[in-house]
Amino acid sequence: MARIAGVDLPREKRVEIALTYIYGIGQSRSREILGKAKVNPDTRVQDLSSDEVSQIRTVIGDYKVEGSLRTEVAMNIKRLMDIGSYRGLRHRRGLPVRGQRTHTNARTRSGKRRSVGVKKRTK
Amino acid sequence: MARSIKKGPYIGPKLQKRIDELNKSNQKKVVKTWARRSTIPPDFVGHTLAVHNGNKFVPVFIDENMVGHKLGEFALTRTFRGHPTKSDKKSRVR
Repeated sequence: MARIAGVDLPREKRVEIALTYIYGIGQSRSREILGKAKVNPDTRVQDLSSDEVSQIRTVIGDYKVEGSLRTEVAMNIKRLMDIGSYRGLRHRRGLPVRGQRTHTNARTRSGKRRSVGVKKRTK
Repeated sequence: MARSIKKGPYIGPKLQKRIDELNKSNQKKVVKTWARRSTIPPDFVGHTLAVHNGNKFVPVFIDENMVGHKLGEFALTRTFRGHPTKSDKKSRVR
């Protein structure tokens, strides 16, 4: 049982990969953490000694991950919306923020295609 | 691409001068400006600027959260009136 930074516990993967299940930790940061904790990145999560687990835990304490990171991101977006900037407006509308085209594509932000034309004006 | 740090932020020189004068004499006046590309430095906070959007001057009250942004971000240049529907191509409303 390895439960680090809240709810994350992927077993039977290499720690290096397993740590990336935590929001805010990718592979490079994962390696960095393991280096600092002096844990071999190739060990499986289930083979970690409880000593190593607590070591990893203390190192992760120095990083902003999971909840606090999510709130920070949300706060940044909220700030943009509150000051009435163009970027905030794009967030509010759910459209691309960084000047991408919206004539076609932009599906990630806009969501699934909705047919227009039949629909009546909303605003 | 981001602006070189070496140069520091770009602040419209004329605008900076106007604000400096206002700050010195402790006044608050609406300053009309076309310098949309100007970054907002901390000493603009609390002033109201009328930023040109190509057509009109849009009043923008500078709040401390806005520091570091550009003036143009707060004065939109486009008016989107919605997509035309088949039935009312002529009578478009907001």
